[in-house]
Amino acid sequence: MSQWKNFSKGFIRENPVFILLLGLCPALGVTSSAVNGLGMGLATTFVLVMSNIVVSLIKDLIPAKVRIPSFIVVIASFVTIVHLVMEAYVPALFEALGLFIPLIVVNCLVMGRAEAFASKKDTGSAIIDGLGMGLGFALALTVLGGVREVLGSGSLFGFPFIEGDGMLVFVLAPGAFIAMGYLIPLNNMLKKKTE
Amino acid sequence: MAKRESTFLNMVLTLLIVTAVASFTLASVYNLTKEPILRAREETRQAAIRLVVPEFDELVMRRFMPPTGSDSLEFNLVYRGDELVGVAVSTYTGMGYSGRIRAMVGLDPEGRIIDVVHLEHAETPGLGDKIDKSRSDWSDQFRDFDPGARDLRVVSDGGEVDAITAATITSRAYCDALSRAYQTFIANKESIINREGK
Repeated sequence: MSQWKNFSKGFIRENPVFILLLGLCPALGVTSSAVNGLGMGLATTFVLVMSNIVVSLIKDLIPAKVRIPSFIVVIASFVTIVHLVMEAYVPALFEALGLFIPLIVVNCLVMGRAEAFASKKDTGSAIIDGLGMGLGFALALTVLGGVREVLGSGSLFGFPFIEGDGMLVFVLAPGAFIAMGYLIPLNNMLKKKTE
Repeated sequence: MAKRESTFLNMVLTLLIVTAVASFTLASVYNLTKEPILRAREETRQAAIRLVVPEFDELVMRRFMPPTGSDSLEFNLVYRGDELVGVAVSTYTGMGYSGRIRAMVGLDPEGRIIDVVHLEHAETPGLGDKIDKSRSDWSDQFRDFDPGARDLRVVSDGGEVDAITAATITSRAYCDALSRAYQTFIANKESIINREGK
């Protein structure tokens, strides 16, 4: 597999949210606006890339039976670092995402990439895989957040274009599922076209 | 994968080293970010205080127990020269639609509300989040509200506060938070006005 394919698979072909259906808790929970989705996506990308690097570096030193606990410690450490750094330097974003940051630990996407990819491949491929998958995740969350924000609040990236409120249901939890339900087939159509 | 055997000693050693390295890294990051985090929190608090009281040149923080409720309230007494010009009370309510709501209430020395701003809430987006000043001007009706002369409850409870449409529970909760601040102020008025207590 070429490195370009390795990188680009996360966007449409193996999109973590729309195809693999991984990490749905943050994907549905934080995406009430495009900015929240993007912030969460980028935080996850950082954790994913860093944990992929470390896991691929230490893969030969870890006995098979304790690999999962070791990976979890690595991932949890990076999540805590993101948590602390975000609260210290971008308090506004932290206020919006704070509750969901610790949930990156149990995001099956991060664990899944560590187990299925990084622990079997070299560091270079692992970085590219983490970057591609993470940005694909960020893209999916931004699109989902954008759709919900446009329909629900009548704004995009915080810039309003209609007066008053939109269809509030899209900002609430059910709207996340509805928007998701329409975006999955849309992504599948795109996937068929690119094949 | 797994060039090393999964022997008991190997596993224990691996986990020990992994957790030790992780703890060391986290401890260093924590030390690095401790100061900025405290500063960011303090800035948020200061900004909220400045929003609800007139300009001041001295701030004294004291805590008082409210007549009802489980936690003490933080009273930020602000002085211009020797004169008390306002009190910014960080208050709370447990009656919110989803979880606790915290708000900063500015009171003048007579107990009239100068202005209010929410600090933290998890109310429904689009409905209850109208308590947020950036979302709607609903909370402007509390400006110059005198809880001693007017009834600080929503209209449907017999009071004089217009509730947010479709978010009566949130509005009621917000009134509860504000009146907690006012009640505590009245109960401790002597000690607050009297500068000796500082």
